[in-house]
Amino acid sequence: MSNTNPAPRVRVTAPAAGRPRRTTVAREIDAQSPVGEVYMRSLVRSQLRLALGLLFVLVLTVGALPLLFVFVPWLQHGRVLGVPLAWLLLGGGCYPVIIALAVVYVRRAERNERAFQDLVGPR
Amino acid sequence: MSANAIAALAALLVSALTLAVGAFGLRLARTTSDFYVASRAVGPATNAAAISGEYLSAASFLGVAGLVMARGVDMLWYPVGWTAGYLVLLLFVAAPLRRSRAYTLPDFAEFRLESQRARTLASALGVLIAVLYLIPQFQGAGLTVHALTGAPAWIGSTAVAVVVLASVVGGGMRSITLVQAVQYWLKLAALLVPLAFLLTTRHGGAPGAAARLHSTDWLEPMRGPHSLYLTYSLIVATFLGTMGLPHVVVRFYTNRDGFAARRTTVTVLGLLSVFYLLPPVYGVLGRHYLPSLSATDATDTAVLDLPGSVFGGTTADLLTAVLAAGAFAAFLSTSSGLVLSIAGVLGQDVLGHRFGGVAAFRIAATIGALTTLALTLLSPGLAVAHAVELAFAVAASTFAPMLLLGIWWPRLTAAGAISGMAVGGALSTAAVAIGLSGRSYGGLGGAILSQPALVTVPLAFATMVCVSLATARPLHVARTMVRLHTPEAVMVDRGGFRARGAD
Repeated sequence: MSNTNPAPRVRVTAPAAGRPRRTTVAREIDAQSPVGEVYMRSLVRSQLRLALGLLFVLVLTVGALPLLFVFVPWLQHGRVLGVPLAWLLLGGGCYPVIIALAVVYVRRAERNERAFQDLVGPR
Repeated sequence: MSANAIAALAALLVSALTLAVGAFGLRLARTTSDFYVASRAVGPATNAAAISGEYLSAASFLGVAGLVMARGVDMLWYPVGWTAGYLVLLLFVAAPLRRSRAYTLPDFAEFRLESQRARTLASALGVLIAVLYLIPQFQGAGLTVHALTGAPAWIGSTAVAVVVLASVVGGGMRSITLVQAVQYWLKLAALLVPLAFLLTTRHGGAPGAAARLHSTDWLEPMRGPHSLYLTYSLIVATFLGTMGLPHVVVRFYTNRDGFAARRTTVTVLGLLSVFYLLPPVYGVLGRHYLPSLSATDATDTAVLDLPGSVFGGTTADLLTAVLAAGAFAAFLSTSSGLVLSIAGVLGQDVLGHRFGGVAAFRIAATIGALTTLALTLLSPGLAVAHAVELAFAVAASTFAPMLLLGIWWPRLTAAGAISGMAVGGALSTAAVAIGLSGRSYGGLGGAILSQPALVTVPLAFATMVCVSLATARPLHVARTMVRLHTPEAVMVDRGGFRARGAD
């Protein structure tokens, strides 16, 4: 495995019209220049912030249930239409929350990447 | 024909179907790459069904219902945790892991940490987790065959091991993908059809059913001793453990790119959620209709006993047969994925030097399956769902911190990852070993030994962070971050790493 970088190759021909061209930002990233690092860090940070935010929502909703069951008595033995509330929450209620978080995540993560791509990618 | 004969026939049919689709795949599988990753010619819908089919094991099909029946509402955390684990995998790991182009967890460790020793440790842990997960599958098969026919348990375990080996050695991943997509739908139907009959019957329930259903300890959450610790430990193990299961990670390589990896995972979450609505209902019905089983913990076959105790004659025989077919689909699909991942690791890292690609893969699969079978026959029985949860705890204490920190924290070093995986792995494995030895202890100490994750996972994270801060980071970590996080359409230098055996 070799990740070492030979001296950057310089293309001397004129780029053919219509072919995707590498932008300056992509070159900065390849060279690992401070500017390139800033672009990379902003992408990684935005994705991490998104993932942590949604994890936080998961912890506050599904993850808080054991504590709520212990400290909120009516959650422990309450009933809705004769069915115990805890069974409803754990047997079915958690799944829509999980799926909704997944859908929101994919939408936003792809939006972050599109923004990055508009900045760096071929155009 | 007797009930047992029909059920055994159904199990045989599922096995034959698995082998037939496997043989069909054999004609398609030509190169090493076909064997390992299906050459990524699998459509997203098929792939999502295959991922779900592989994931829904004996623990999901039989174990959850048994635990709910015996211990009540707190056991619903198992399916919730197994689903949420996939969400956490999606949030932090799915796309970067696919973009790393690592085929296995050892590949990822080698690529990110640039260390051969990290790779070796990850290989050993991967095999350990896969074997821990495989034992309850084989054990469940033995229990099922015993419950259906009265035959000794080793016959069922051996039969499943042989069918899995035949299909894995025959066609590798491509045929397995087709088999597992079929098996998801088979498992869902196998729970749905008998459930429709069970819910519409006017049978009054076993004597004492009302009292059993209304006992507070069973009906209300967080009633048992140390339930807060046990529940949160289960949550940590399942939420974080899913990303560290070797057979789950291998699947992501069959996605075309990072986008596909994410979207497939959303579909998987939908398929899992639909399936997991059903086993708890079986648990409640078991409590209602089966008087004798609730007294003990040996409820892993409760699902199979239900039709016989409610209906008589042909209806009961046919419904039991349907459930037996679903249970066998569960054993076979998860076991194939696990044997495949063991073969992937052993075949590349241990045998690859001595034998050619496909030969090494086949020999490794045989060694893995037969060793696990021997261990299954030697080990005493734990409840299937709990045994699976121990594999989750080891995965959450080792691979989860390595993946999370490796993907999101450039400072993670090889020394840090190795020491963290060693600490988390040693502690969680020690707890598992004590659990498997059959000894049990009281008090909070006993609770920690039976569900170690809440202690071992933070320790593994802390070790990784502390040791990493004191050592030098890998040379090319900046380039590695570029590869992990930039979308495929962007043209940047991603470095030259290629996973062994893939592509």
